Amino acid sequence: MYRYDEFDHDFVRARVAQFADQVERRLSGELTEDQFKPLRLMNGVYLQLHAYMLRIAVPYGTLSAKQMRMLAQIARKYDRGYGHFTTRQNLQFNWPALKDVPAILADLASVEMHALQTSGNCIRNVTSDHFAGAAADEVADPRPYAEILRQWSSIHPEFSFLPRKFKLCVIAAEHDRAAMQTHDIGLQLKRNAEGELGFAVFVGGGQGRTPMIAHKVRDFLPEEDLLAYVEAIMRVYNLHGRRDNKFKARIKILVHETGVEEITRQIEAEFAEVLKADLLRLPEDEIDRIRAYFAAPELAEKPARSGAFEAAKADSREFTAFAENNVSPHKAPGYGIVTVSLKPIGGIPGDASAEQMEVVADLAERYSQSEIRVSHEQNLVLPHVALDDMPALYATLAEHGLATGNAGLVTDIIACPGLDYCALANARSINIAQDLSNRFGSPERQEEIGELSIKISGCINACGHHHVGHIGLLGVDKRGEEVYQITLGGSADETAAVGTLVGPGFKTDEVGDAVETVVDTYLKLREGPDENFLAAVRRLGQKPFKEALYGAA
Amino acid sequence: MSAPIQKSAAKTRAATQVVTGNRLTDGVVVYLDSAGGWSERLNDARVVEGAEALEAALAAGKAAEAAQVVVEAYPIDVKREPDGLRALRVREDIRARGPSVRVDLERPLGA
Amino acid sequence: MTPPVAATTAVQAFDDIEILDRPGAAPQPARSRDHLRRVPDPEPATSRPDPEGPLWRNGRFETDEWTMTAEDEAVGEGPAILPLERFLAERDGLGHRNAPLGVLVAAGESLSELIPHLTRVTLVVLSFPKFSDGRSMSTARLLRERHGFGGEIRATGDVLIDQMPLMRRCGVDSFDVQNPVTRKQLAAGKWPDVPFYLQPVGSSQQDEVAAGKRPWARRRAEAPRQAAE
Repeated sequence: MYRYDEFDHDFVRARVAQFADQVERRLSGELTEDQFKPLRLMNGVYLQLHAYMLRIAVPYGTLSAKQMRMLAQIARKYDRGYGHFTTRQNLQFNWPALKDVPAILADLASVEMHALQTSGNCIRNVTSDHFAGAAADEVADPRPYAEILRQWSSIHPEFSFLPRKFKLCVIAAEHDRAAMQTHDIGLQLKRNAEGELGFAVFVGGGQGRTPMIAHKVRDFLPEEDLLAYVEAIMRVYNLHGRRDNKFKARIKILVHETGVEEITRQIEAEFAEVLKADLLRLPEDEIDRIRAYFAAPELAEKPARSGAFEAAKADSREFTAFAENNVSPHKAPGYGIVTVSLKPIGGIPGDASAEQMEVVADLAERYSQSEIRVSHEQNLVLPHVALDDMPALYATLAEHGLATGNAGLVTDIIACPGLDYCALANARSINIAQDLSNRFGSPERQEEIGELSIKISGCINACGHHHVGHIGLLGVDKRGEEVYQITLGGSADETAAVGTLVGPGFKTDEVGDAVETVVDTYLKLREGPDENFLAAVRRLGQKPFKEALYGAA
Repeated sequence: MSAPIQKSAAKTRAATQVVTGNRLTDGVVVYLDSAGGWSERLNDARVVEGAEALEAALAAGKAAEAAQVVVEAYPIDVKREPDGLRALRVREDIRARGPSVRVDLERPLGA
Repeated sequence: MTPPVAATTAVQAFDDIEILDRPGAAPQPARSRDHLRRVPDPEPATSRPDPEGPLWRNGRFETDEWTMTAEDEAVGEGPAILPLERFLAERDGLGHRNAPLGVLVAAGESLSELIPHLTRVTLVVLSFPKFSDGRSMSTARLLRERHGFGGEIRATGDVLIDQMPLMRRCGVDSFDVQNPVTRKQLAAGKWPDVPFYLQPVGSSQQDEVAAGKRPWARRRAEAPRQAAE
């Protein structure tokens, strides 16, 4: 993991001191809310329905056990004993008092964390593959580049007042686990024919009101030019992105309105100029220095097959489901990557209690080299677990409601906080997720349905990623009533696609039946268990689902 | 960024209203009460009827904003029911009671 | 370390953040900025300190000796600022003037037509229509870093204290400050900067030195307090 040096500590401490001063000036009345709001947002502080909300950055979703313990401690001391992991790999506390925020930020700084740039029209937390550094299929660890981008984008003087927020994602495998193509800039680490590392660069993805899948503007960018190229994109966007309408201000609209060919030309022209200034070339030794922080842990050599693991599978159906769904292939033989589900049946997606955070921290220390990841699917990940240790790990997880073997299945639902917490929401999301989770919760039914992602947003801003859910639900406010629109066929992986609205929305007490109808229609029409929901929708189109939901036209 | 004031005020049309906001220091939901203070309980709220009374209540809200007591005071529609006041919009009902998905964190509405 | 504008850019006493003064951290020279072009006297000689003056410059409020030329007005005798379009339209006829010329570049306006004539200009005024509009941040950087403009770059519009340290790193060295709260805070010595930087910009109007091992890390050099005279 990356470790702060003296400079990083100074940087974050200075920022905390600055914000502490601003909070004091607000509480004393020197700053009005209008003056204070942009300042607090830059430090991750929102005012939501019930209280302030603090959004803490988890850079590229990587956490140490120590950091997780600090989050648990903050949850207990300053909040109500829990936190919410988000689709941006961040953590939100729902109840901090404004007067306590400087103390919370100081506590975070003590474990090398902050809440910088988790809001506002700036470069937000850089996300990555939650299996980075462990996945069997990655070209190299993408996180050193994410860290370089994180540093370079921190309080960037030129790019802190962009037309709109800006999200970067770095992945390193063909299989996209991080929804890379829904980001403003997506970077896919790859090797060229000569074996050199570089990036395929995608620009203009985004969700919200006008969902778009990013376009590839470069097939191979040498790694040393990473910052120069990103700066070129940022400058084109900063100067030319629309500022007349906040709903048209994201770079996706600029790309769309300018045309991919022309925007690519502009980016390349700007890039050529940036190269001339020669301020941003990444020296090889510096990349190596950062990369060293992310060196693969030294794992004891193990045979690929673990007797203990196989025996536990033979013993227990629950463990088998966990092993099949929540354990993914690791680079090292005899090891697995464990997804710790924050989606217990009927639970609140992404919520974790302080106690659960501590359990995960303990387990990370004992079994996973003290490393934890947060996934955009709102689960936690223990990246380096020996197969031999899985039964013991599972037993402890199960004691604390963390062993649900449903990763990637129908109950692994993404949901934004919705109207239960969020000031922007038009409808609740969590209650719908809970209802669906209960309906589909039996292990047999989930196994029968197979891979299916349901994603729920409580407003058009799409924090719940509904556009790219195989089944997406969008809550809207229809004359004071919560109504849910259903989209089908969205996808967030390398075959990224925006789902299609299937028809008129459903009320709160109807939407569960409607989703069941969609799933039943799939089960009836699929060519077999090997044809998953997304493949079936792509083959069948909307028609049979429409008919099942609304009757034949 | 949120704009709760405009959102709610635009839809104010019931006969009875109360004025609400979030307390500056901790963000907790509060309601303007009859004594001119701010209570965490909806049933303590000063219920106003008619434009004049609402204006006076909103003026008290503005004054509380200026005095660093609340952030963004705004009016909401309420209805008198046998067991107390009820906020008419889902959003305000959730603000009054706490998240609907966490009964353990439910807020008391008061007598 | 020869930042051409730094000679006239005093750095305030940064009293609000004190962690800067760490012993043993000897300043390293940052990259040279001698590529910046020399221009005629960037500061009209008559500019003088004035607590009521509109400009924040050299760590103090100053009078503004420049005149913004209104649309239907003839260009005056003294230092005159013209909107970019008018400057481009009338530049041939302005050749006889002895007084300095300034150009107002609106947020997002392209520099491409101005660049060939940049040597005739001693002041570029950049507009910030809203504090949240960062287009002129890019324009300032391009003027300094890419086009070597060594004259005065002035921010005007919604200029608030929280953006000023960022503007200065992008190349702005004078600020037309109207906001009363910002004026009060500046007068009180506030400068809400986080004096550790992770971007090696070639446009900064303060002295910055390399920090640590990373090639892109900078920190603010010690403030030459005597320069505030």
